[in-house]
Amino acid sequence: MSKKNTIANRQAMCEVLIEEAKENSDVIVLTSDSRGSASLAKFADQLPAQLIEVGIAEQNLVSISAGMAHMGKRPFAASPACFLSMRSIEQIKVDVAYSNKNVKLVGISGGISYGALGMTHHSLQDFAVTRAIPNLQVLVPADRHETKKMFKVLATTNIPAYIRLGRNPVEDCYPDDSYEFEIGKAITMTDGTDLVFIAAGETVRQAMDASLLLKKKGISAKVLNLHSLKPFDELAVKKAARETGRVISVEEHSIYGGLGAAVAESLSEEKGIVHKIVGLPDEALVTGTTIELFKHYGMDGASLAELGKKMVE
Amino acid sequence: MMEINELKKKAIEIRKETLEMIYNAKTGHTGSDLSCTDILVALYYEVMNIDPKNPEMINRDQYIQSKGHAAEVLWTVLANKGFFEKAELKKFSQYGSRLIGHPNNKVAGVEMNTGSLGHGLSVSVGIALAGKMNGDNFHIYTLMGDGELAEGSIWEGAMAAANFGLDNLTAIIDRNGLQITGASEDVMKMESLKDKWIAFGWEVQEIDGNNMEILVDTLRKPNKTGIPKMIIAHTIKGKGISFIENKANWHHKVPTEDEMMTALSELNQQLEELKNV
Repeated sequence: MSKKNTIANRQAMCEVLIEEAKENSDVIVLTSDSRGSASLAKFADQLPAQLIEVGIAEQNLVSISAGMAHMGKRPFAASPACFLSMRSIEQIKVDVAYSNKNVKLVGISGGISYGALGMTHHSLQDFAVTRAIPNLQVLVPADRHETKKMFKVLATTNIPAYIRLGRNPVEDCYPDDSYEFEIGKAITMTDGTDLVFIAAGETVRQAMDASLLLKKKGISAKVLNLHSLKPFDELAVKKAARETGRVISVEEHSIYGGLGAAVAESLSEEKGIVHKIVGLPDEALVTGTTIELFKHYGMDGASLAELGKKMVE
Repeated sequence: MMEINELKKKAIEIRKETLEMIYNAKTGHTGSDLSCTDILVALYYEVMNIDPKNPEMINRDQYIQSKGHAAEVLWTVLANKGFFEKAELKKFSQYGSRLIGHPNNKVAGVEMNTGSLGHGLSVSVGIALAGKMNGDNFHIYTLMGDGELAEGSIWEGAMAAANFGLDNLTAIIDRNGLQITGASEDVMKMESLKDKWIAFGWEVQEIDGNNMEILVDTLRKPNKTGIPKMIIAHTIKGKGISFIENKANWHHKVPTEDEMMTALSELNQQLEELKNV
């Protein structure tokens, strides 16, 4: 990376939503005292009539959004992922997914991006629980470019979705946004033949770094970006697994029920494939920033490269 | 417009058909259905601007049944209004049926799926708020149970409705005083309900919720500008059938053959009395 990226995914989202909301007055944003955390203050300044503040009430946030979607609005409900995916999960299941209302649920500061704020503020179960709800897409962009592509698509689709965004700027995975993006279609970030890293969200960058490190050691590691946990690109996962025989899934989520589980489900009938699930363990985490925790739990580029090397040897 | 006496007769017919549906399916929330039957009849036959032939009509009034478990009476009313064929009522709760034990928007006339308590009011706030933003001209009615008010999410919705000045929203509490465990006041004290809703910024009216004349009159009155309206409808759980009335154990109980015959004969007698009015 020549220059460190300073634009967080949530800022990229805000830019897209401002553009889309200016074009279409039905595009609205709802916040639960979370416009600052979601980087949506600029949206509120520019389009105050299209921003609904509901106060610190996540259940209400989701139900009100569902009611507004019922009336033809295109609500983006933004709230910290830890609360949105837990406190209001039943409203997501019933009012949004089951009633089939076009709400985009934006879980901000997802995963461990709140770092030292502790378990109350971590969302490490959100993939597991949202993935099990019918009629709900589950999406997690890798960087600001993918965030932009994703939200442009989301502004025009009519399917309920949960989108998890991290809090801090992440290093770019794409040079720009001039690439094909389709919900449900995995993207090969790096080609490789010895093993495949299957990553989603902020772990994509770590997997790419691992692949670069391995390359120096003569190991060819493919990196597959599963930005859509649902719909899940089983074909791409199976293909990559068959081609390499070795799979390492890595996610900023509990090792239970998330990306690793989705990969394992896809590969359950495949023969001769080794799959290692890397993620956060089933315990209260040590205190630290995202990158400190990535290192602690073996999810950073160097640790992943080490794991990949062992797997190939 | 229907005369009050005709509405009363309709409510008895609906009670009969609701009971038959529960009796046939051997499942249903008998007591809960009967307590709010008059409210649904007042809304669907007199108050709401709806068109069963055009269920998604622009600017139609909308009804959200937050106490979703009283689905049997809703299905009966919707079928009678012509949203679907009455013959389908026989399929209630049967294998593959879309008429399930809670409102389901696969059926025309149902706006939102409900069944988990404490959702309807907040959803209605969203509908009313979007209506305001769109400049639409319609009213939304939300029916809640009284036991349901123990759900904290109701009070999030209560705050928001007043905050957004939703005078296109009327909520109704079916205050029958009983829930599955027993008396609602014993399960969780909630009086003074009226004071609570006033404190939350609502205009509150307490009425006899099984009195058709009063119901229609109260529901028809427009809201005060910028203020959501709450009607605390004091009802009798199991209303209309002597041995079901005011019995908590009839919340989710199905009549036996003998009980069914007695119930129908009581309702028929009430119909006869109204014919002589």
